[in-house]
Amino acid sequence: MIYLVLCWEFFKIGLFAIGGGLVTVPFLFDLAEKYKWFTTAELADMIAISQSTPGPIGINMATFAGYKVGGIYGGIAATLSEVLPAMIIIFMICKILDKWAENPYISRILQGIRPAVLALILYAGWDIAKISLTDYKNAGLFTALLLAMHFYPKSPIFYILLAAGAGIVFHI
Amino acid sequence: MMTGLWQIYTLFFKMGLFTFGGGYAMLPLLKHEVVEKNKWASEEELLNYYSIGQCTPGIIAVNAASFIGYKRRGLSGLITATLGVISPSIIIILLIAALLEKYMDNTYLQWAFGGIRISVIALIVDTVWKMWKSGMQNIRDYVTFVIVGLLLVFFRLSAVLIVILAAAGALLPFPPREGKKP
Repeated sequence: MIYLVLCWEFFKIGLFAIGGGLVTVPFLFDLAEKYKWFTTAELADMIAISQSTPGPIGINMATFAGYKVGGIYGGIAATLSEVLPAMIIIFMICKILDKWAENPYISRILQGIRPAVLALILYAGWDIAKISLTDYKNAGLFTALLLAMHFYPKSPIFYILLAAGAGIVFHI
Repeated sequence: MMTGLWQIYTLFFKMGLFTFGGGYAMLPLLKHEVVEKNKWASEEELLNYYSIGQCTPGIIAVNAASFIGYKRRGLSGLITATLGVISPSIIIILLIAALLEKYMDNTYLQWAFGGIRISVIALIVDTVWKMWKSGMQNIRDYVTFVIVGLLLVFFRLSAVLIVILAAAGALLPFPPREGKKP
């Protein structure tokens, strides 16, 4: 039963891929090798499309890979299986936090991690910048967008759509 | 105050629809919709969710959504928020995989995505800029930020390791916590 195997494999990815969507990539390469569900070339295309289409990249890749194996139901089954472990674990953490949030050590740790997370977030931006901010035109658009969103705060959605338009006009 | 499940679903559907790239790309949207517009969580809580979501299994975007959903409506909120975040992906990717894969090479579409990627970097930088105050409160925080930055740039440590190290560092007695703002 291919769906059971599919669900099991994506459940495992959801359980062991710690640290975000791109971490699931090596797991998907393993699947390509183990089951021949898709070739590595197909997988590279799937990653590229998942990165540029709406939705968190890890979810997009799960849907895509599941579709290749079992059509529409495969796509849905793979995606749900991948998020299930996280839902169970986060639920348990929420229960624990409900009880322990006032604990001085826990709150000290949470407060101490915050600057580290800010650095991680900035570094994620740097990772995209390395491949996207490659010339003066792109850097100019980046600077203009950053200043606009900082001094004229609007919904991020507004700026994403604006940037899509700018991309077409300026051939980014 | 109870939040309707439908309200949770539609908000996270929107978050999923406008996230391009990894879970960090969702942070600016969450900050705007969840913290500023709906006041479902504070900025500090959002950063907490990201810290924990980093080092627990799963996609960071889904983990953050689960936390916020739980905070509003318990287990059913958690499930609803997660389903909301993943719904646009399922719809759009299935459409692309079934019908549109060949159109993805279209030049105009590629230009639009090029522009979107740049806006994602700008949104991330802007979010850190705006969250600076709530994240950086004393000299300790600045020290942590600099050390983590150096570890990332020079050693590319994984996010999990960074969070664990920062948590351990938070328990050290120095530098003193009640420092004046530099």
